[in-house]
Amino acid sequence: MANTREIRRRIRSVENTAKITNAIQLVAASKMRRAQDRALQARPYAEKMQAVLGQLSTVATEPETAHPLLARRDVNETAVILITPDRGLCGGLIANLERHTGEIVLGPEAAGSGEISMIPVGRKGGDYFQRFGLNFRARFQELGDYPGLAETQPISRIAIDDYIEGRVDRVLLVYASFINTVSQVPVTVPILPVEPPAVDDEDASGETQYIFEPSPQEVLADLLPRYVDLLVYQAVLEAAASEQSARMVAMRNATDAANDMISDLTLVYNKARQEQITSELLDITGGVEALKG
Amino acid sequence: MPLTLEIITGERRLLREEDVDEVVAPGSLGELGILPNHAPLITSLTAGELRVKQGNGVEEYFISGGFLEVHADEVTVLADAAEHGSEIDAERAEAARQRALQHLEQAADADRARAQAALARSLQRLRVLEHRRRRGASGREMAR
Repeated sequence: MANTREIRRRIRSVENTAKITNAIQLVAASKMRRAQDRALQARPYAEKMQAVLGQLSTVATEPETAHPLLARRDVNETAVILITPDRGLCGGLIANLERHTGEIVLGPEAAGSGEISMIPVGRKGGDYFQRFGLNFRARFQELGDYPGLAETQPISRIAIDDYIEGRVDRVLLVYASFINTVSQVPVTVPILPVEPPAVDDEDASGETQYIFEPSPQEVLADLLPRYVDLLVYQAVLEAAASEQSARMVAMRNATDAANDMISDLTLVYNKARQEQITSELLDITGGVEALKG
Repeated sequence: MPLTLEIITGERRLLREEDVDEVVAPGSLGELGILPNHAPLITSLTAGELRVKQGNGVEEYFISGGFLEVHADEVTVLADAAEHGSEIDAERAEAARQRALQHLEQAADADRARAQAALARSLQRLRVLEHRRRRGASGREMAR
């Protein structure tokens, strides 16, 4: 039987752990709300931009040749932008992202992608894939809990420059898509070449004939880089919401587990204490009996 | 029927206003005014001032560039960044102007375009402020 002092020390240590995990859980919960909020706020802009891009692609006669960012080429090199958290303690989120990305950059799928290079965003993904000797085109970390467009734009601009100058022929974006608070799924989204969004049937029928100023080609040239900026920005926002909710859930589980452990240990402690008292009593009564005799 | 105006940036919806009489925007081909019943239009914008007229009132916004769509009396501005006149920080804009001028003097060709764009942005911000200041003065006089 473990002695009572040892059990008590154990209980205190678990209690401290529970306090920490509980605190992280609360912080993550409030950050998650704000991150979700920001992801929602970015939506009207994204929807409008997709609508305009859809309009443009119905007008541009040869969309494939209208702009270099739309041009499809044979894939000699693929760049993978991987968005991961900077910090751990978020359950299986990072491991899932790494496994998912591993299949793309190291697995059999990689065969058809030509050379592979990466642009890791977030410390965890960069640290992990560094070990495999992959070429990093750039590396980003510490974007903060609430990154703005100004923070994500350098990421998309590197991808755009490399694509236009022919250093890469395809750019994929990997991040944790936010399904709901308990479920975040790694997804792969091709961002370059740009795939113009499909237009609603209502608009596509060409009822409204837009005037484009200066010209459809020039508006397209202005719009496409911003569209890529936006795709990356939205992915970063969604990844931030995923990170915080994964952390919140993981820490809640940890707190629950710690509390279970505390109640189990308290039970063991009480039993041990009772046994100790009983045996002391037995000792005393035994001693008294012996003295009587 | 008056216009409905929306100003949206990637980070937030800055404004949604109904009953707007006229919108004057910094189009890439020059300033353009949108009145009710305008033909459907999509145009790119440069850095500059966006004026919103409503009755006798005018509100100024700074737009750093983006797009404008007009469709069925709905005007949507997709801005890279946008601020209401009252949100502009005069000192920061002035500091940005000085910095851009300095860069322009030293910059190599590759950075020149960027410095020039930064200079244009700071000048336009200051212009919005200047217009606001002037209008503010006359506005008070008219009220008396």
